[in-house]
Amino acid sequence: MKKSLFTLEHTRQLTEDTYELVLSGDTSAITAPGQFVNIELPGKFLRRPISICNWTEDALMLLVKVVGDGTKELVRCVPGTELDVLSGLGNGFNMDLAGEHPVLAGGGIGIAPLYGLTQRMLERRQNPTVALGFRTGKDAFYVEEFAALGCRLLIATEDGSLGVKGFVTDCIRAVPECDYVLSCGPLPMLKAVHSLPQLKDGQFSFEARMGCGFGACMGCTVPTKNGYKRVCKDGPILYKEEIVW
Amino acid sequence: MVNLTVNLAGVELKNPVIPASGTFGYGREYAELYDLNILGSFSWKGTTGEARLGNPQPRIAEMAGGMLNAVGLQNPGINAVIEKEVPNIAKIFQGPVIANVGGFSLEEYTENCRKLNDVEQVKILEVNISCPNVHAGGKNFGCDPKAAAEVTRAVKAVTDKPVFMKLTPNVTDIAEIAKACEDAGADGLCLINTLLGMRIDLKSRKPIIANRTGGVSGPAVFPVALRMVWDVYEAVKIPIIGCGGVSSAEDAVEMMLAGATAVEVGAANLKDPYACKTIVENLPNLCERLGVTEISELTGGAHHG
Repeated sequence: MKKSLFTLEHTRQLTEDTYELVLSGDTSAITAPGQFVNIELPGKFLRRPISICNWTEDALMLLVKVVGDGTKELVRCVPGTELDVLSGLGNGFNMDLAGEHPVLAGGGIGIAPLYGLTQRMLERRQNPTVALGFRTGKDAFYVEEFAALGCRLLIATEDGSLGVKGFVTDCIRAVPECDYVLSCGPLPMLKAVHSLPQLKDGQFSFEARMGCGFGACMGCTVPTKNGYKRVCKDGPILYKEEIVW
Repeated sequence: MVNLTVNLAGVELKNPVIPASGTFGYGREYAELYDLNILGSFSWKGTTGEARLGNPQPRIAEMAGGMLNAVGLQNPGINAVIEKEVPNIAKIFQGPVIANVGGFSLEEYTENCRKLNDVEQVKILEVNISCPNVHAGGKNFGCDPKAAAEVTRAVKAVTDKPVFMKLTPNVTDIAEIAKACEDAGADGLCLINTLLGMRIDLKSRKPIIANRTGGVSGPAVFPVALRMVWDVYEAVKIPIIGCGGVSSAEDAVEMMLAGATAVEVGAANLKDPYACKTIVENLPNLCERLGVTEISELTGGAHHG
């Protein structure tokens, strides 16, 4: 973990409530896709934990969905704004365990960490299949960006206005050879993915109301089959066999 | 050169800055960030007789100027702490440790304190009779002067280490509880624990925290804590650790002027993991600006004259 100042370079609106933010700063504490940053905002006591979409040596990309005052304030920051950031938090996805036929399953804003993950898995020639789910075509974002990475890409929307009509689980069923999942999205989606019989194993990214974000306050602990775990420090990635729904 | 040394019931601290119980775990997470030996002491996570899993999620809510928590004393239990955490603490911090001890009965308090007798590095017992997030059959030792005195006496009978009672602000007259503890033999006091509060989610119309209520902490409670330290300082002679919303060196000095011998820093650590380090680093300059050469002379300074 590192505490440092990042400068907001630009913000781009992707849908009605979702934004892409690019910040510059020291990303040396980030070691794996699926980790998160915790951002201090003026006037807010608690930091806002945001999943890392992607990063380079000196740039950090975030996808932010406006869900309350804090995220609203974050997306309204103007370029040049300096933000106090705790970076490199959480365990991140373990790509070594993903096997020959991994599928990356994301829903809504949960697709964010899968972008950097896809890019790295492609670099490692792990040939991931990516399945993204959105409510409607209007809510979809980053589809072109994922496509540009060159992965096999499957899209589902609940009303069928983009990709197949249905859920991300329907996309995964269409690729029965995929037996390992790396997943991030809303809880009902994670649960549905978790129960797919074709999946031998997998990793699931959870969110929680956090106090500190670095393991000190016990604010976000959840029960697992391996005992209580802190979502912020022992997670946010939990493994298929240990998850208690 | 400013002398930052303070003395808590015979235990010398190199400075008055102490991370507060429940915001610092057993030191592990912060030791990755900075050398804990710059701290005066640290108060470890409230530890009970048995391991506790704590309350259901969510446990955290936010508010203007602070936060609420209802962790519910999640901890691995006293035996595991002595076996696994104490040896690690010895590696990351060589100063005097404050052991925060929780309990649900007199026997649990005394048993936990007795087990700490042989733990050399623990120099002070901080007996938590004030956690707002656990329910012991409706009994809260910290809300009743007789019960507070009873715990104090029982603990004093089984230990030679200085005993500091950690008091709750959720009472009508905290000075009365403080006095009862002093009369029962307490070597010092720590105040305040969190204030009982709640938040409601507008959409679900339900309390945000699963436990319904939680403990309020952060800068917003600082004036409340300060006032209570002031009142207690007027009522007792034993040393006070001032706790509640302290976020800066200025807050620490203000708390000492109200009557604190040392200060605990809580929620500020969660927002800024370097908060205690920054306060320690800023104290000498602040004291110099204020013409203070011995920081201990600040204690109760606002009461004189």
